[in-house]
Amino acid sequence: MTRHARTALSATAFAILGSLAPLAAHAEWGNLNMPVGVTVLSKEIHALHMTMFWWCVAIGVFVFGWMIWSLVAFRKSQGAKPDTTMTHSTKAEIVWTVIPVVILVIMAIPAARTLIAIEDTRNTEISIKVTGYQWKWHYDYLGEDVKFFSSLARASDEARQLGSGVNPESVENYLRDVDNPLVVPEDTKVRVLLTAQDVIHAWWVPAFGMKKDAIPGNVNELWFKVEKGKTGLYRGQCAELCGRDHGFMPIVVKVVTKDEYRTWLAGQKAGESTPADASSEPAADSSPTIAALPAAPQG
Amino acid sequence: MSEMREQNNRRLTLRLLGFAAGAFAFGFALVPLYDVICDITGVGNPKDLLRASNVQAIEHDESRLVTVEFVADLPSVGSWEFRPVIAEMKANPGRLYEIDYVARNLTGRDTVAQAIPNVAPGKATAFFRKTECFCFIPQNFAKDEERVMPVRFVIDPNLPKSIDRVTLSYVFYDNSTRVAALN
Amino acid sequence: MANTATHDHAHDHHDHKPHGLKRWLYATNHKDIGTMYLVFACVMFFLGGAMALVIRAELFQPGLQFVDPGFYNSMTTMHALLMIFGAVMPAWTGLANWMVPMQVGAPDMALPRLNNFSFWLLPFAFTLLLLTLFVPGGAPAGGWTLYPPLSLQAGDSFPLTIFAIHLMGISSILGAINVVVTILNMRAPGMGLLNMPLFCWTWLITAYLLIAVMPVLAGAVTMLLTDYFFGTSFFAASGGGDPVMFQHIFWFFGHPEVYILILPAFGVVSEIIPTFSRKPLFGYESMVYATASIAFLSFIVWAHHMFTVGMPLAGQLFFMLSTMLIAVPTGVKVFNWCATMWKGSISFETPMLFAIAFLFLFTLGGFSGLMLAIVPADFQYHDSYFVVAHFHYVLVPGAVFAIMAGVYYWLPKWTGRMYNEKIGKLHFWLSTIGVNVLFFPQHFLGLAGMPRRIPDYSTQFADWNMVSSLGASLFGFSQLLFVYVIWSAVRSGEKAADRPWEGAHGLEWELPTPAPYHSWETPPTRSVISHGAMH
Ligand code: HEM
Ligand SMILES: [Cu+2]
Ligand SMILES: [Cu+2]
Repeated sequence: MTRHARTALSATAFAILGSLAPLAAHAEWGNLNMPVGVTVLSKEIHALHMTMFWWCVAIGVFVFGWMIWSLVAFRKSQGAKPDTTMTHSTKAEIVWTVIPVVILVIMAIPAARTLIAIEDTRNTEISIKVTGYQWKWHYDYLGEDVKFFSSLARASDEARQLGSGVNPESVENYLRDVDNPLVVPEDTKVRVLLTAQDVIHAWWVPAFGMKKDAIPGNVNELWFKVEKGKTGLYRGQCAELCGRDHGFMPIVVKVVTKDEYRTWLAGQKAGESTPADASSEPAADSSPTIAALPAAPQG
Repeated sequence: MSEMREQNNRRLTLRLLGFAAGAFAFGFALVPLYDVICDITGVGNPKDLLRASNVQAIEHDESRLVTVEFVADLPSVGSWEFRPVIAEMKANPGRLYEIDYVARNLTGRDTVAQAIPNVAPGKATAFFRKTECFCFIPQNFAKDEERVMPVRFVIDPNLPKSIDRVTLSYVFYDNSTRVAALN
Repeated sequence: MANTATHDHAHDHHDHKPHGLKRWLYATNHKDIGTMYLVFACVMFFLGGAMALVIRAELFQPGLQFVDPGFYNSMTTMHALLMIFGAVMPAWTGLANWMVPMQVGAPDMALPRLNNFSFWLLPFAFTLLLLTLFVPGGAPAGGWTLYPPLSLQAGDSFPLTIFAIHLMGISSILGAINVVVTILNMRAPGMGLLNMPLFCWTWLITAYLLIAVMPVLAGAVTMLLTDYFFGTSFFAASGGGDPVMFQHIFWFFGHPEVYILILPAFGVVSEIIPTFSRKPLFGYESMVYATASIAFLSFIVWAHHMFTVGMPLAGQLFFMLSTMLIAVPTGVKVFNWCATMWKGSISFETPMLFAIAFLFLFTLGGFSGLMLAIVPADFQYHDSYFVVAHFHYVLVPGAVFAIMAGVYYWLPKWTGRMYNEKIGKLHFWLSTIGVNVLFFPQHFLGLAGMPRRIPDYSTQFADWNMVSSLGASLFGFSQLLFVYVIWSAVRSGEKAADRPWEGAHGLEWELPTPAPYHSWETPPTRSVISHGAMH
């Protein structure tokens, strides 16, 4: 590289680093990695992710090290002479085929184990049917006759309009808040049945480690069990492109203690429904019907 | 370019065009193949749920109870009332059960409806046998008619032990959502 | 070699090269058609890039500042379609047109008139596609993957899009047939298959992939079309169809497609690294076999794009293992490239710089690919920005850098003139820095939970999106330098030697510079071939 180019390069690098500095001052640096999450599965998945990450780092150190070594040690400008007889080596090729295979097998074993655990839906305690709509979610506690819609909270919805003039920073939980959160008890195996009304959506709460597609005419399932003591609010989003407002159908799960859950459920059954719920379900009677839901807005 | 080479080129070009045509046909062949693969691998093909199985009550396994959940769905354009009469039950694999769904036509006209069944988890599909179901044929409904429609089913005792809960779900489509194509 | 040179020069004077517009409209010469493909690809690259900048401008800050969410979805959809089918694939076909006849010792492509036809389909296809921006309902907005039922909600753009895809498909199938026939039938006597440069090998395999899977895409979109207009229900649950089946068919095409985009890059890099390491490619045969096994495996991994649709356990395990297996031949390639540089005598001209960046950054994309193959982890990664980071690493510093490397590498041979090395290097550094600032933070965004294909996001994602958008403008505007450096080389570059790169091997360098209009009117003799050979 000429001295000229080197100067240009370092100038650019400094310019970029310089522009990053003010960002660094207020960045949330915790947001660099996958969350560990609060469920049995999310922890296993996170561990798998980290294992894979470290494998990649290790392989990267080796491969990138090799590349950098070659690039530095065999520079023509330093008088390196090529060894043109070095054209192949069966031995080397066997080594760098077999070792990767072995590493891959080592990677695959824990992955398969976790996958089997994920597929094991036995002993669920609560079944909730989640239906994706353009562009909101519908939750139905099966066998409990509790069901409601969950849409983007009004404050976010107003702020997110094109040219609203509202600074998103001023809205709490911008785009990650809903009118009616899904409520589930801690330490309980919850099975989520997923389907959709119009197009494919996907239900994703990163803290639970899972996402699954909600497909019209199809029923999918996933389960999660939030660890005891991890009550609180967990947020996620629709993760399959579903049209115009795909970015605006968040998911909020409120994890409560078992007692709180029982009280909440009883309250819901007693008709203590949230306003949005009541208005969107005129045919609310006590039968387990999901009939006559209003048509979802068409885009 | 020699005559000979010209001919060789033409021959190879035609062969490759034939190959491309074959690949195009293969794209369509994937449609039936999809069902075949579902069947062969035993993962269960939801389309089989649209046909009657000829199993009658089999040797049943009193010691095992599987929870069966019943779910009803409508597409967003549907003006219907549609629900299972019971939300869930416990079933012995091998025993024949009958449950009911209720549908009411609120579309304001006479119409034809077709229910599309589905079983979760997917791998239970192959073990969910129905001897009677309102989804086997399109259902005629008069305006405002309400009807109770039975489903008779047996859970195959070979249902993998890793499954203790099966969900039977239907989506109820009517004329306005292109039922006709099914038949 | 001096002999052949004068010989060919003599021929050059007898050329009846048509002039003006006709030269291009009726072009049957592989170089003219190659040039048109490359120029077309460049135009699409800038149009697709402009759309990407619209996307990144909207994502610069949280809140909607510039575009409507529906239009935003059109931008992501059109960006992908333009870049994949309009920029990368035609650029590869353009390079194949230029280089394959020169490298195998043929005067031209085997099927010159078909060649003309397959090129001229493209401007029509993309005019149709771009017209959708102006029809009621707007351009397609359901993602380049066209998943129903969403893609069926499109307005008037729908038939235009499908028709455009058909035209692109026909164009690339015909282009691929031409490459296969040229390589199999037009090689100079004495040029065995295993004497061919790797660029020809990787293109031969790519061409077979194209012929095998583009028709499958055509089938899939035809089924969409009949579902939309003629009441079939291939993918409509209401008629007993299954929307998931579309995804299977699409990805049966789609995964081989990603290798269609990258295999020729392997070929280009396998030419450039030996040249600037002044050492033969290490493990030539294993490179060929690795390419072939990647192509073969690419047919049995498709469902790794759809782990979240709810497949049976056995299916998920199968597709996880087969996907991981692809990393093995890919690794063999990377190791062979490293071994090629090892004990070489390396210099760092612009093509080599791009090839080195390819080596590092493509490998990085391979790592994230490996992570994505792990099904349980993919339940987190899928449809997040982590995937966006992955495929952009393999596509931009992967395929696109390789295309640029190839253009810098062969430009002297094409035009007889040298590009300006200083500006070339500046272009390289700005692109490399830009592409990393642009895409690296997207790994963080995805892991932190940001879904892909959204026009707005919550404030926790703001910082990295801003960084990414800054990187995007740096990368995007740096590409103007690329146009400038080529333009100025063609206009007023220094005269290039017949063999402008000291370590270059291969038949193309046995031709005079600039290469004569008809490459090898008399096939190269065995001694020319062995002079050009490198292994
Ligand atoms: C080691 C090799 C590779 C592996 C193991 C791998 C694996 C994967 C996986 C598992 C996905 C799906 C992720 C998801 O959607 O959840 C994916 C997506 C993708 N990959 Fe790769 N990949 C590899 C190399 C490549 C190459 C070479 C290319 C192209 C040049 C490529 C292009 C893509 C694209 C375009 C997507 C996203 C498609 C979309 O959803 O729009 N990958 N890859
Ligand atoms: Cu959605
Ligand atoms: Cu793939």
